[in-house]
Amino acid sequence: MISQDLQIVLPEIFLAIFAMVTLVGAVYTGKDKTASLLTWVTAAVFVILGLLIAVNGEGTRVAFDGMYVDDAFSRFAKVVILFSAAAVLAMSQEYMSRRGLLRFEYPVLVSLSVVGMMVMVSAGDLMALYMGLELQSLALYVIASLRRDSVKSTEAGLKYFVLGALSSGLLLYGASLTYGFAGTTLFSGIIEATGHDISIGLLFGLVFMFAGFAFKVSAAPFHMWTPDVYEGSPTPVTAFFATAPKVAAMGLFARVAFDAFGGTVGDWQQIISLIALLSMYVGAIAAIGQRNIKRLMAYSSIAHMGFALMGLAAGTVAGVEAMLIYMAIYVTMNIGTFAFILSMEKDGQPMMDISSLNMLSRKEPAKAWALLFLMFSLAGVPPFIGFFGKFGVFRAAVDSGLFWLVVLGGIASVIGAFYYLRIVFFMFFGKENDGLDVKMNPVLWVALMGSAAVVLVGAANLFGIVPAAAAAAQALVN
Amino acid sequence: MIEIGIEHFLVVAAALFVIGIFGLFLNRKNIIILLMSIELILLSVNINFVAFSRFNGDMVGQVFTLFVLTVAAAEAAIGLAILVCFFRNRGTIDVEDVNVMKG
Repeated sequence: MISQDLQIVLPEIFLAIFAMVTLVGAVYTGKDKTASLLTWVTAAVFVILGLLIAVNGEGTRVAFDGMYVDDAFSRFAKVVILFSAAAVLAMSQEYMSRRGLLRFEYPVLVSLSVVGMMVMVSAGDLMALYMGLELQSLALYVIASLRRDSVKSTEAGLKYFVLGALSSGLLLYGASLTYGFAGTTLFSGIIEATGHDISIGLLFGLVFMFAGFAFKVSAAPFHMWTPDVYEGSPTPVTAFFATAPKVAAMGLFARVAFDAFGGTVGDWQQIISLIALLSMYVGAIAAIGQRNIKRLMAYSSIAHMGFALMGLAAGTVAGVEAMLIYMAIYVTMNIGTFAFILSMEKDGQPMMDISSLNMLSRKEPAKAWALLFLMFSLAGVPPFIGFFGKFGVFRAAVDSGLFWLVVLGGIASVIGAFYYLRIVFFMFFGKENDGLDVKMNPVLWVALMGSAAVVLVGAANLFGIVPAAAAAAQALVN
Repeated sequence: MIEIGIEHFLVVAAALFVIGIFGLFLNRKNIIILLMSIELILLSVNINFVAFSRFNGDMVGQVFTLFVLTVAAAEAAIGLAILVCFFRNRGTIDVEDVNVMKG
């Protein structure tokens, strides 16, 4: 029995052991001198593990009496998490070592937080959910304040810690109410206890838990930590925050919504619709005044979470499928954009003001065009995959009768297009100025161009992720 | 002599939880108080879990409490470590001075 269970959680156990072995190994050998090698090895391990999960996984298996679920949904999320974490690690190596930031703890902490994320998306029980979430969050608090001699970075870590701990508290309070009124912490037991008519105690539990999740995915009205944390953290860490943890938190959100409260879709549909609507508008309007590109990407991610939540709000198989595809597309676009942001430097110093992009197209047309593709895709302009992501969630929402949400979401996406297009305007029609350094690390160049190519070519068939996402959604909702 | 039922425990836990939340938002003095408020929130949750566990006759809640206690300890350690780094850079731990970035 137990050996079968362990086999199901083998990827997580392997990664956790890998993280601990590398931690101890680095301490007893070259310490920070091993950091570069360790970063590459960790990225390679993520890629191999992601491929193994993608190829080997089949069907739905549960471990530890239902506390841990390995199904198509968790595998899809895990593959996206592992690949995006590997891409971010590869992109950060050169940037961090040049600034003396590359400590060996960085890849180790990233591995630990990835273990947490993998547990989150596979959780079948409130305890597994909580442990996964905390493992991920505690590692992220530390890497937010990785640059420990900088006021900004430590302040970002402190803010993230306080608000993250508050959100964990809200979530736990919700979990305790759910446990009390359902009599069990297993999702399969909660869905039985809920039935089709939710009791008031369980409803309170649900609301508190969803508030906690909304914090983790940085959806409005629980988004206030996002801009400060994104701005203050070192840029590679910001790139990490914008990708893998978002996928994991969204996966967890969907998991609880369907596995634990799937019988009462109508009750949480209104809550998620409202959160989605607020996020889309906060993200679209508050970003207009931002001059710092990292703050701008923070608001952009708030808006994107709003669109992804719209798919979840649909409460159907098609909605979850659209949400998963949206998250995969969002991660791809963000990796490319952050590859560019990591290369924004002037005389070797990071330059985060968007006016430094003025007339980039004259000096470096290739990079400017790549960024143009990404910005158009983020804004949701038709030939690029960002449009298909939005189209998917809109269609799912219309099919389940949320027509008002789709109309308002369309308006929000038009408002949001303004700040993406302003970046394009600066690059192609801006004022003359000194501009940025031309030099770009080859890894970043490959990430930028690769992701720009993906957003353009992917429009043909989305690289075949649609059947995988459909299977994942099917596994979750039924 | 009143019988102590589950509702009494829930009310105490809810009161502690609300005090914790207010401590986080109304406190304008010291970051240490924020950490204490977070601890208060987690402890109120523990009271809930133990009370439910006792009255439902189900041990799982008490197991959950042990997990929460452990994680709360780790969380406090990390929070204090970040706070020490912040103090070295900024020279103060007043909540009002956590304002290098707006928002």
